Amino acid sequence: MKKFLTIAMALTLTVSLAACGNKDKDSSSTSDSQGSSTTTQSADLSGSILAVGSTALQPLVEQVSKDFMDKNSGVSIQVQGGGSGTGLTQASEGQAQIGNSDVFAEEKLDADKAATLVDHQVAVVAMAAVTNKEVGVDGLTKQQLVDIFTGKVTNWNEVGGKDQKIQIVNRPSSSGTRSTFEKFALGTKTEDLAGSIQEDASGTVKKLVSETPGAIGYLALSYLDDSVQALKYDGVEATVDNVTNGSYPVWAYEHMYTKGEPDAATKAFLDYIASEEVQNGDVVELGYIPASKMEVKRDAAGNVTK
Amino acid sequence: MERSVNMERSYNKRQEAKPHIAEEWVGKIYTLICIAFLVITIFSMVYFVASKGLSTFIVNGVNAFDLLTGLKWNPDIDVPSFGALPFIFGSFSTSILAAIIAAPLGFCAAVFIVELAPKFGRTFLQPVIELLAGIPSVVYGFVGLSVIVPLFRDLFPGQGIGIAAGALVLSVMILPTITTIATDALSELPAGLKEGSYALGATRWQTIYRVVLPTTMPQQMTGIVLGIARAFGEALAVQMVIGNAPHIPHSLFESTSTLTSAITLSMGNTAMGSVQNNVLWSLALILMLMTFVFVFVIRFLEGRKKL
Amino acid sequence: MSARTVDKIATGIIMAVAGFIVLILLGLLGYILIRGVGHISWHFLTSAPESIRAGGGIGPQLFNSVFLLVLTLIITVPLGIGAGIYMSEYAKPNRMTSFIRLVVEVLSSFPSIIVGLFGLLILVNKFGFGFSLFSGALALTIFNLPLMVRITEQGLRGVPLQQKEASFALGISKWKTIRSVLLPIATPVILSGTILAAGRIFGEAAALLFTAGMSSPRLDFTDWNPFDARSPLNPFRPAETLAVHIWKINSEGLAPDATQIAAGASAVLIIMVLVFNLGARALGRYMHNKFTAAK
Repeated sequence: MKKFLTIAMALTLTVSLAACGNKDKDSSSTSDSQGSSTTTQSADLSGSILAVGSTALQPLVEQVSKDFMDKNSGVSIQVQGGGSGTGLTQASEGQAQIGNSDVFAEEKLDADKAATLVDHQVAVVAMAAVTNKEVGVDGLTKQQLVDIFTGKVTNWNEVGGKDQKIQIVNRPSSSGTRSTFEKFALGTKTEDLAGSIQEDASGTVKKLVSETPGAIGYLALSYLDDSVQALKYDGVEATVDNVTNGSYPVWAYEHMYTKGEPDAATKAFLDYIASEEVQNGDVVELGYIPASKMEVKRDAAGNVTK
Repeated sequence: MERSVNMERSYNKRQEAKPHIAEEWVGKIYTLICIAFLVITIFSMVYFVASKGLSTFIVNGVNAFDLLTGLKWNPDIDVPSFGALPFIFGSFSTSILAAIIAAPLGFCAAVFIVELAPKFGRTFLQPVIELLAGIPSVVYGFVGLSVIVPLFRDLFPGQGIGIAAGALVLSVMILPTITTIATDALSELPAGLKEGSYALGATRWQTIYRVVLPTTMPQQMTGIVLGIARAFGEALAVQMVIGNAPHIPHSLFESTSTLTSAITLSMGNTAMGSVQNNVLWSLALILMLMTFVFVFVIRFLEGRKKL
Repeated sequence: MSARTVDKIATGIIMAVAGFIVLILLGLLGYILIRGVGHISWHFLTSAPESIRAGGGIGPQLFNSVFLLVLTLIITVPLGIGAGIYMSEYAKPNRMTSFIRLVVEVLSSFPSIIVGLFGLLILVNKFGFGFSLFSGALALTIFNLPLMVRITEQGLRGVPLQQKEASFALGISKWKTIRSVLLPIATPVILSGTILAAGRIFGEAAALLFTAGMSSPRLDFTDWNPFDARSPLNPFRPAETLAVHIWKINSEGLAPDATQIAAGASAVLIIMVLVFNLGARALGRYMHNKFTAAK
């Protein structure tokens, strides 16, 4: 027994020590690549990148990182979820090279911390209000949405639908999706009403909206399908074209933050995401809207410019 | 003969005394290191959660009393309010309701295993119940959302989510804990007690009801409290079926939150060090203190058993 | 109503409850298996997941789950058995001991999300292990250790006192007695307890989201050198386990067959837990027979 224990412990130790050594090697090679920054020669790139944060952005970054690693065998990229807040914290404290976020850093971090981060807007996500298919409404005005989400209207027949009680399926108040929806669809912060449902995961929201009678929620365009009814907003349909030409306002950037200017490998990765190849390929395929396609721009305060 | 043994021993003693003592020390030190590791781990966790959780009150100046008794939870507006009472209420009501559902089931299962059909019970029912403990909570949550919620939606007013659905999912999850402890308690019972009762002409049910249940009561309670503690800390499964509105509900079928579901929903979305994040750690601290209270209750009950 | 009738009714109720519990479990298992088994195929079990297209598998996740389990056991078994031996053989029955017991109980009912965040801030960030299998294994150790301690204590307590006394009477030192007399006899109990606890590790998700991570780097299954970054055996790579994968697919899955994949993965997970349970029982019985036959 003792022998077994000794062996087991020795094994653990060796493995962990060796792996520590391995990690040192990795980080030193990162600094090497910084020295000889040859971004055009992709074959020379090496280093390891950790991208943490938004679960909404995760599928895109993960997909792109696979292609990038195929092209640059020296680079290893890890993509982790954990939420926008986690991503921003990890990036601003230097634990991750990239912090993925659904919202501007200024909304989550102190102003001086946010100032150390450099924003890279890689895609746009648009959201649509969705309802259960049975409610009999296919569009709402901004005022009607506000009335519903503030609890002034509690029955679908008040907004032209069937006589059915409205069930709100909201996101938690800390969610980036909710803050986008409140800012650009409602124009006001709302409270969590008694009896409303709060779920963070898009999959769960979709399931609840499609199964609960009288339910209303909101989803990113990539999650829309036949199981729910997407609503027109002030008569404008939630389509990619309407978002890019500025007529549909409920959208937000997906951000990838770096602390200061990124190192060579990270910069090459971010450039790769911003390239036409990815923007018109993976980004569109995954249901995001390419940032380069946008005819309007928006700053952290929400001001839109053509 | 005896002399030769003695001689041999004294000979051996000179040879082996040192490795012998050394070996004894190896064992002692090794086990001591293990237990020290365990104690250090828990202390670092307690310290860690406490330091983060208390900074809400110290750094951000949130009133602890307001947090514990406040009814309004609205952390993301300009004048935030942090009232965690709905969460505390939700946690307590779901866990205790879960225990109320699971305790009789667990007791009956234990009686079945120990008294009624030991052979079938030990080889079939007990493994089946232990299997329930191995099912991941994500799967429980998903089954709850796909089966229990729609069922409750059809049977009762409301949307199916809420305390009732949460408690039902939890009761299945804590059933193994309660049953295992109840089974142990019943099988440890001295045979004389039961035999005495049977000898007096009592039926099996009378024996169970008047002899077995009262004598094993403290242990049954330990099992139930352990079950409540486990239900209290469960997050993913509850979060999927309870609705997560930060309000004290008016019925068992209305959306509400628990401490764990509030923590899981927002922890990743908030930035470390912000008041929104710190207050979640305060919720974790409350949760931890509650775990301590539960453990103290268990120890108190076990102490009573010895009397 | 006569006592006899009451007895009959009560017996009936207890029988019914036992049957009801079996029904719940069969219903649960049936629901999960029927929804998922149809999706399980060799391709599903061995290929990598897809984020957009249909037809992704769970190969790396399955491997990660098993590998993480092995890593966790390598860490917890020596530690847990050591601590268990201390508690049952060395500790004096005083205030300190009952305090440590209290600590162990607290540790075992800790909410997993808190353990996960503790892991993120201490293991991942402060100690710099990163999002890795190693961090995940350490976080799981926090859960598993109390169970191991309790199981070891239980196993050692079950050893007949005479065995121990006989060993002492032969002049054998305490540590040697524990090692060569007590532990072998307690092994069946410890072993089956360990495997049962392993089932719980297999299904843990909340603690691993923040420690072992939610993504799996591209693995090269021909490279078995544990020091290479792409080797599946490298303990310092991030690893998404099966339970975490189910959670991720359920929440943000974009692939058109996400629901089927989640159902299939749940079924695989359940089958693994089932195998662990039955294995633990069979092994325990086998060892018990072996030891009692040798006596």
